[in-house]
Amino acid sequence: MLDIIFYIFAALTILSAILVPVSRNPVNGAMFMIVSFVSTACLYVLLNAYFLAVLQILVYAGAIIVLFLFIIMLLNVEQVKTLRPSFFSQIAGLLALCILSLGVGSLFLSGSANPSPELAVSAGSGIARNFGYMLFTKYMLPFQVSGFMLLVSMIGVILLSKKINVEVPSRKEQGDA
Amino acid sequence: MNMDLNAYLTVAGIIFSIGFFGVLLRRNALVMLMCLELMLNASNIALVAYSRYNATEQNQMMDGNTFVFFIITVAAAEVAVGLAIIVQLFRKTRTVMADELNTLRD
Repeated sequence: MLDIIFYIFAALTILSAILVPVSRNPVNGAMFMIVSFVSTACLYVLLNAYFLAVLQILVYAGAIIVLFLFIIMLLNVEQVKTLRPSFFSQIAGLLALCILSLGVGSLFLSGSANPSPELAVSAGSGIARNFGYMLFTKYMLPFQVSGFMLLVSMIGVILLSKKINVEVPSRKEQGDA
Repeated sequence: MNMDLNAYLTVAGIIFSIGFFGVLLRRNALVMLMCLELMLNASNIALVAYSRYNATEQNQMMDGNTFVFFIITVAAAEVAVGLAIIVQLFRKTRTVMADELNTLRD
């Protein structure tokens, strides 16, 4: 039963992830990304990471995609007529396809050879209390660094999105001065 | 529940490849940023799967899950800064196509 659920959500994740770069309108791509992220959250539930599943939906599908949609609609970019990439990109894509399919294929084929070890019972591995314990003991420094990084990125975004209307003196004026 | 680790890793690998090809082949900077998010998401799936399949009764192996927590934080910050940069680029050049942004070249 759980296998069938896994296959359904894995297929949903992969199909909607394929449609993200393929869709011509970026708004459609963002919508398909929501589907991909929500079904990824379902995969997290299958892996007993309940807190991360909630976090995934809240942060990715709730905040990041909304930010994307907002910017896409703000910029009102013209739709592309053709999706054909340049010649060098095609060559690079072909090369990367060979390497990546080799990797994924070997991963997939080695699955039947060595079956996974017996799953340990870890009922409480994904709950929020364990996250709090880990964040305030073992990962205290990375936790504080990530908080500082959020502050830095916030200041950076405010600075970047301010309209800069300071007249830059031209080269001639600088030479005169 | 008998899904083995390789099934999850295969899903993660496929999603990573999709994001990789999106970054490589699309020219729209917004779509490239979205595909970057897909790649981060694929790494998250792999990390959660690893930490689930290596858990024991004594050692709950929360390290992978905590890593995913940090990756989500970094991804949110990265998207905010990246989109602000794209908006500034669009204000200056009226385009978000990556191959038209070649002012530094000439």
